[in-house]
Amino acid sequence: MFRKLTLTAATALALTTGQVMAAEVETEIEDFAFSFEGPFGSYDQMQLQRGLQIYTEICSACHGLEFVAFRTLHDEGGPELPEDQMRAYAEFYEVYDETIDDYRAATPADKFPAVTGASAPDLSLMAKSRAGFHGPMGSGINQLVKGMGGAEYIASILAGYHEAPECAPEDFDGYYNVAFAPGGYPEECLDDHGHRTVPGSWIGMAPPLWGDDVEFADGHSTELHHEAQDVAAFLMWTAEPKMMARKQAGLSGVVLLIMLSVLLYLTNKRLWAPHKHKD
Amino acid sequence: MAGIPHDHYEPKTGIEKWLHPRLPIVGLIYDTIMFPTPKNLNWMWIWGIVLAFTLVLQIVTGIVLVMHYTPHVDLAFASVEHIMRDVNGGHMIRYFHANGASLFFIAVYLHIFRGLYYGSYKAPREVTWIIGMLMYLIMMGTAFMGYVLPWGQMSFHGTAVITGLFGAIPFIGDSIQTWLLGASAVGQPALNRFFSLHYLLPFVLLGLTIVHIWAFHTTGNNNPTGVEVRRTSKEDAAKDTLPFWPYFVIKDLFALAIVLAVFMAIVGFMPNYLGHPDNYIPANALATPSHIVPEWYFLPFYAILRAFTADVWLVQLVNFVSFGIIDAKFFGVLAMFGAIAVMALAPWLDTSSVRSGRYRPMFKWWFALLAFDFLVLMWVGAMPTDGIYPYISLIAATYWFGYFLVLLPLLGVIEKPLPQPATIEDDFNAHYAPKAEATASAKPAE
Repeated sequence: MFRKLTLTAATALALTTGQVMAAEVETEIEDFAFSFEGPFGSYDQMQLQRGLQIYTEICSACHGLEFVAFRTLHDEGGPELPEDQMRAYAEFYEVYDETIDDYRAATPADKFPAVTGASAPDLSLMAKSRAGFHGPMGSGINQLVKGMGGAEYIASILAGYHEAPECAPEDFDGYYNVAFAPGGYPEECLDDHGHRTVPGSWIGMAPPLWGDDVEFADGHSTELHHEAQDVAAFLMWTAEPKMMARKQAGLSGVVLLIMLSVLLYLTNKRLWAPHKHKD
Repeated sequence: MAGIPHDHYEPKTGIEKWLHPRLPIVGLIYDTIMFPTPKNLNWMWIWGIVLAFTLVLQIVTGIVLVMHYTPHVDLAFASVEHIMRDVNGGHMIRYFHANGASLFFIAVYLHIFRGLYYGSYKAPREVTWIIGMLMYLIMMGTAFMGYVLPWGQMSFHGTAVITGLFGAIPFIGDSIQTWLLGASAVGQPALNRFFSLHYLLPFVLLGLTIVHIWAFHTTGNNNPTGVEVRRTSKEDAAKDTLPFWPYFVIKDLFALAIVLAVFMAIVGFMPNYLGHPDNYIPANALATPSHIVPEWYFLPFYAILRAFTADVWLVQLVNFVSFGIIDAKFFGVLAMFGAIAVMALAPWLDTSSVRSGRYRPMFKWWFALLAFDFLVLMWVGAMPTDGIYPYISLIAATYWFGYFLVLLPLLGVIEKPLPQPATIEDDFNAHYAPKAEATASAKPAE
């Protein structure tokens, strides 16, 4: 019986997907200017280090980075911590070791612990598993022009906590965030047609950043907006650590292929010339 | 039918003379490579090479990926991340492979629509067409199963939706779905068998590619005029054709290099543009993504699947006369497969004696509308199922069937075709007149 229900549900889903899209939630995603955007964009090493600091001091209390190895903090095209710093950083964490059936200090080969508590999702791939930009009208043009917007999404969430709108009841569960779509939403804030009157929704995570949460060694601004951007950049790196190598390979590939096509064009033209009576 | 007359391989050196009577492999390669090809082929005839290249690209990158991938529900996602982070060049190989699927489908759609416009499906090339349609179906199956392997959210829930389509078949649907999944729900058995088939089917495609080429090497290539190469004598044939090597190999390689430059830019600069962010979330049976949308290349047929809802009178009628056996769900599934079936039947549905759309003044416009219709279906397939979208889907899906089932048979009867050139040579010379020799262009040699 249960199986039958799930099958029907699955099929029904096939025929009705997109209905959820009808209730597309309006959110405010800011188009942050990140250094890694565009074909020639690259990570700002200092920004990644600042983001790492924010992650370490604040985010890591609840969130994990289960796919990121400590050694990669030293890798080219990343935060590029000096090796001794990277080793010292790893030792700061404790990981469970099956072979000794106990916890021990992490080594560079270990990965950041996966924190599973408090329903906090892992952040390793967060910047690639969310898209800040969509549409318009399902065309994908926004993502083509502005990028997928994963990092923008994260930064917008972190900077998107606002005073709850007046329509919402005092005790409504969660925290009002203008960039968050899938959260709870009070009925009181719907208009007569059932449409939402305020952007965003109520998120379970308490505001993690307020501004001046950390102190940067380089004296960089700790304004909320800047902190959000720094940690979002860091999470873009954790999601796509090989981005710089990829763009370099892409650029060399494109240049070589264009050169090759010019040569082939000339060869082709010459080859066909006698038959096209052009020689 | 005797093939196009041309020079065949003659063994010259001692070793060739020894080998040829024992295994005529050099002769086979020579005759394949030197195949007489209509010299008026335009740039829409390059997609075959792109497809052949892409198949090899997918097989080669796929074999490397398999060396590092683990088909286990608890390990698959992590093994893909291992490829992305730890394997040398792994991130490039995976992005090549993932975007290679999109390249494959762009090329195959252009290849198919070229065939539809220039009447490449018509006699005597029906077998080439049918094999091509079979390859297209296998490609779709392979792409679908490959998308399951990273075991992300879209992989998991997409599998539930797509195998659920088979569940809509009356009476035996549940059993078929269970048989496909190897269990009552998506899980380890499904992942294992999809992995197995995803590795197997590309080699079936490779085999069918050879048969596809064999078939059109028997009939000869179609060409933009649809006029056949003269087979009256070797000299006549030579006036209509040029050997595949080097003329078409170089031309096709030039086109391939340009296509690959664009492909390289996508892989290098926006490798996730054509994917879904949700697939970077590990599969979780308990959390269904808010939008389950297939990959772009399935969207036209997905739109047809969703177009026939229970409030369409045709669906109600079929439901009534079949005593409720064919409900809206099953009707949608039939429509989706039917949309491909009617395309496969094009050789028998098209009654026109003229092959190329170039000489069919009415057909031309209906064909353009079909191409537009295809794009509309692709767009509406990703749209919600409320508001105006169901009507757009229904109109677009109806036109798809109308084109093949009504227009193709009808146009052949009512349309007055334009005069066709007598030979391919005439068509070619109309563009590249021999008299140009006299005007002695002062262009320096490149």
